[in-house]
Amino acid sequence: MSVQVLIPTPLQKFTADKASVELEAGSVQELITALDVAFPGLGNRLCDEQGKLRRFLNFYVNSEDIRFLENQNTPLNAGDEVSIVPAVAGG
Amino acid sequence: MTSTLASVTFKGLRCKECGHEYGAGARHVCEDVCFGPLEVVYDYDAIRARTTRASIEAGPISIWRYRDFLPVEGDPIDVGTGFTPLLKANRLARRLGLKNLYIKNDGVNMPTLSFKDRVVSVALTRARELGFSTVSCASTGNLANSTAAIAAHAGMDCCVFIPADLEAGKILGTLIYNPTLMAVKGNYDQVNRLCCEVANTYGWGFVNINLRPYYSEGSKTLGYEVIEQLGWQLPDHIVAPLASGSLFTKISKGFDEFIKVGLVDEKKVRFSGAQAEGCSPIAQAFAEGRDFITPVKPNTIAKSIAIGNPADGPYAIDLARRTGGSIAAVNDDEIIAGIQLLAETEGVFTETAGGTTIAVLKKLVEQGKIDPSETTVVYITGNGLKTTEAISSAVGEAHTIEPQLASFNAAWERAQSLQRATWETVA
Repeated sequence: MSVQVLIPTPLQKFTADKASVELEAGSVQELITALDVAFPGLGNRLCDEQGKLRRFLNFYVNSEDIRFLENQNTPLNAGDEVSIVPAVAGG
Repeated sequence: MTSTLASVTFKGLRCKECGHEYGAGARHVCEDVCFGPLEVVYDYDAIRARTTRASIEAGPISIWRYRDFLPVEGDPIDVGTGFTPLLKANRLARRLGLKNLYIKNDGVNMPTLSFKDRVVSVALTRARELGFSTVSCASTGNLANSTAAIAAHAGMDCCVFIPADLEAGKILGTLIYNPTLMAVKGNYDQVNRLCCEVANTYGWGFVNINLRPYYSEGSKTLGYEVIEQLGWQLPDHIVAPLASGSLFTKISKGFDEFIKVGLVDEKKVRFSGAQAEGCSPIAQAFAEGRDFITPVKPNTIAKSIAIGNPADGPYAIDLARRTGGSIAAVNDDEIIAGIQLLAETEGVFTETAGGTTIAVLKKLVEQGKIDPSETTVVYITGNGLKTTEAISSAVGEAHTIEPQLASFNAAWERAQSLQRATWETVA
C-alpha cells in the first residue's frame, strides 16, 4: 500500500531535498520504520529514545491529526497522504 | 551614524528543550535534535551595559524603546506599535470587589488594534533583514490584519491564510491592505498545517513559522510596558488570554529580563490564563494535572484564541503552576457578558478574547484566587469592533424618533421606564 508523505523543510536533508516521498506502509508506526529504512537517521529525528513520536512533532493522515485517530497505530490505506509538521505558534 | 553591528544584542538561536544552538537565520525548530522550539539568545551583559530606565524613557513612544531586548539588527519598521494605555480600572475593580486592578489595552494598538502588531513589527523587521520579499502567516484574524498592514507599510508582498469562517471585520480588515488572502475551508489548526506545507516549498517568510523565534519576542514588550507604566514596578498577578500560549510565556520572559538586567527589583508574579470552554486544551490539562496537551477541535465564538493544538501549551501550564496562578475556561455566554462588563464599567470595547479574559478574571475572583489588594493586570489583546457579530444580539437597540421635541420626550420617558424595569429586575 503506497502512501504519500509530506516532508517538512528541516527533514528534507534526509530525503535529498524532496518535499514529498512515496512509501509502502500499513500504519503510522510502519511508516516511521519504512522512513528510517529508506532514509537512514530519519527515525531518530521523528522518535525519542523510547520510540515515541517527539512531542513537538505533529502527524496528520489525510489532514487529520493522528491524536484524533489511533496515534501511532493509525492504519494507512493506499493513496493516503501523511503530513509531518513541527508544532508552530500563531493566532 | 552608529554602526549596525555594534547595536546587535542577540547572538543566535537555542532550543528551549535541549539547548542545541543555531545561527540567527529563518528557522524555528530544533531540526538537528529534538524539534523543540527555538528561542533567541541575547548578550545580557551588553544589554545591561547600555540600558537604563532613562535611556528607555528617552526612546520612541513605541515598542522600539525596548529595541535592545528585541532580535533585530538594523532600523526597525516603526509604525507606532506599542505603548498602549494601562488603565487603572476602578469601576470594574469595585464591581468585582478588587482594589488594584489595571487593564493593559492592546485593543488600541497600532496599526491594527491588537497585540499582534507587536509581534509582526518585530517579525517583518527581521524578515527584511533576512532577505525575504514575501511574508505570510496562518491566522485566526488579528495576525492576518497586522501582517497585511505592516507588509503594506514596508512595501513587502503578502499572502495570508485564515479559516474561511472568520468574522467579517477580520476579513475586511485584512483585504483592505490588498494582500493575497487565502480563506481555507477548515479550522485554524488545519490552516496552520497547510501553511507549514506551503512553507516547505515556497521561499516565504512565515511570521509564525520560520520567523517564529523573532516574532514571538515581540510579545515581551507587553511585559516591559506594564513594568514601566506601573512606575518601574512588577505587578503581583497578571491575567491573559491563552491561544497558542506564546503571549503568556513571553510576558513572563519580559518581566524576567528586566529583573536580570537590573531595571526592576525581583518579585514573584502570579500568572493566570484564560480560555474559552469551546477550545480549552490548556485549561483542561491544567485542571487534570497533566503536563501534556491533548488537542481539541474548536467550537467557540472566541475565534481569535481558538487554537486546538497550542504549541506553547506545556510552557503555559508550567508557568501558571510554578507561579501559583490558575488557568480557567468560560463559556460563550460568559464571554459576551465579559465584553459587556468591560465596556460598561471602563469604556473599553474588546473582542471575544478580551471577553474571555474578563470573564475568567471574574471567575477567579469568585473562587478567591485573586487577592483583592494585590496589583492585578489584565491583558486585553484585541478590539471589539472586529467581532461585532458576537455581541450584536446582546446589545440594546437605538430609539428611533422623529426630529421633533415631542417625539424625543416620549422616547425619553419610555427609555427611563425601561431602565427602571431593568433595575427592578436586577434588584
